[in-house]
Amino acid sequence: MDFEFIAEFYPMYIKAGILTLKLAFYGILISIIIGILCMATKFYKIKFLNPIVDGYVELSRNTPLLIQLFFLYYGLPKLGISLSSFSCAVIGLAFLGGSYMAESFRLGFESVKRSQLEAGLSVGLNQNQLLMYVILPQAFGVALPSISANIIFLLKETSIVSIVALADLVYVAKDIIGLYYMTDEALFMLVISYLIIILPTSLLLTWLEKRMKRARS
Amino acid sequence: MRLGGGLIVSLEISIISIVISVFGGLFMGVLMSSKNKFIYWICKICLEIVRIMPTIVWLFIFYFGVSRALGLHISAFAASLLVFSVWGVFEMMDIVRGAITSIPKHQFESASSLGLNKAQIYIYVIIPLAMRRLVPGAVNLLSRMIKTTSIVVLIGVVEVVKVGQQIIENHVFTNNMAPFWIYGFIFFLYFIICYPISKLSKRLEERWG
Repeated sequence: MDFEFIAEFYPMYIKAGILTLKLAFYGILISIIIGILCMATKFYKIKFLNPIVDGYVELSRNTPLLIQLFFLYYGLPKLGISLSSFSCAVIGLAFLGGSYMAESFRLGFESVKRSQLEAGLSVGLNQNQLLMYVILPQAFGVALPSISANIIFLLKETSIVSIVALADLVYVAKDIIGLYYMTDEALFMLVISYLIIILPTSLLLTWLEKRMKRARS
Repeated sequence: MRLGGGLIVSLEISIISIVISVFGGLFMGVLMSSKNKFIYWICKICLEIVRIMPTIVWLFIFYFGVSRALGLHISAFAASLLVFSVWGVFEMMDIVRGAITSIPKHQFESASSLGLNKAQIYIYVIIPLAMRRLVPGAVNLLSRMIKTTSIVVLIGVVEVVKVGQQIIENHVFTNNMAPFWIYGFIFFLYFIICYPISKLSKRLEERWG
């Protein structure tokens, strides 16, 4: 292991790590919003949207992110829709994550008891208030373990965005291996970088889950 | 169609590693569900180590790192097979452990009161009982593994995505729309394979869960 080499090249990894984090942040945020929207269509019983939501969930859950990204990045420009590689990656991540989040929220939504809805209606809440103040807080609590699993999953999925020419951690590692043959150092830094990103996130989410559990019981 | 050949490579990796995962996972799951805290924690730590890294990082480690460290040449295909098998075995292990620990204790007790020994208890009583609970999760893992095999293109295995790219390169001057159709086609190819599997998993969950 050549630590001088690592000292020289670690800024590349920091830059790539920040890119990964930025991408994950936007992707996860949008997928949570998509998840809530999908749940809302179920709640308001919007008839014509239901099959669209179901179709979207099945389509995105049963195809790999890699192919979704390829299609977005190389396929769509042929139809005249050109996206930058960063927005491609965010859209791909949100497209994939949205369906996973939708499933989590659906699970949470179904766990809210009917009596809760009726109680909410009887104190004079309208549909929107019912969703905001009664269902979402409860659904969120139940869905949290599944949401945090999705967050970790999406963080890990960001690792393949190098195929749309984004200089993420994997891209940098592959670059260093290709250019300098510093295989051990490049892989070592790659592993450390992902540990730094994923481990604290995972611990934080576990802690949050425990707190929520205690708060509810 | 040439994509068929690529698809077979993708499925080969999936199927071989799935078979290894099922048998390895069953064995490891039984091991992990044992009362021995030491064994449990070793398995748990291994599982977390496998889980915390993205699969592509594992592929890199085995394809670039291990082959160099040991001074032997591991083909990209072998490396993917190895990574997916190890990943599958540990994921499967956790599913099996979950299923076994969910079995009521009196099943163990009544089996041992019949005079069965430990191996017999597992083979004749516990594993058949656990089967129902682990199948939905296992089927789900299967479709996850098939989807994830798409990333082996990044270490240069010539599978369905790579073949697609080659076709696109060949037609780049004659057919401008090639990327759209080929990637669209592969997209639906994965969907056609994975959709029935995930539907099956959901059905089993509702019936047996």
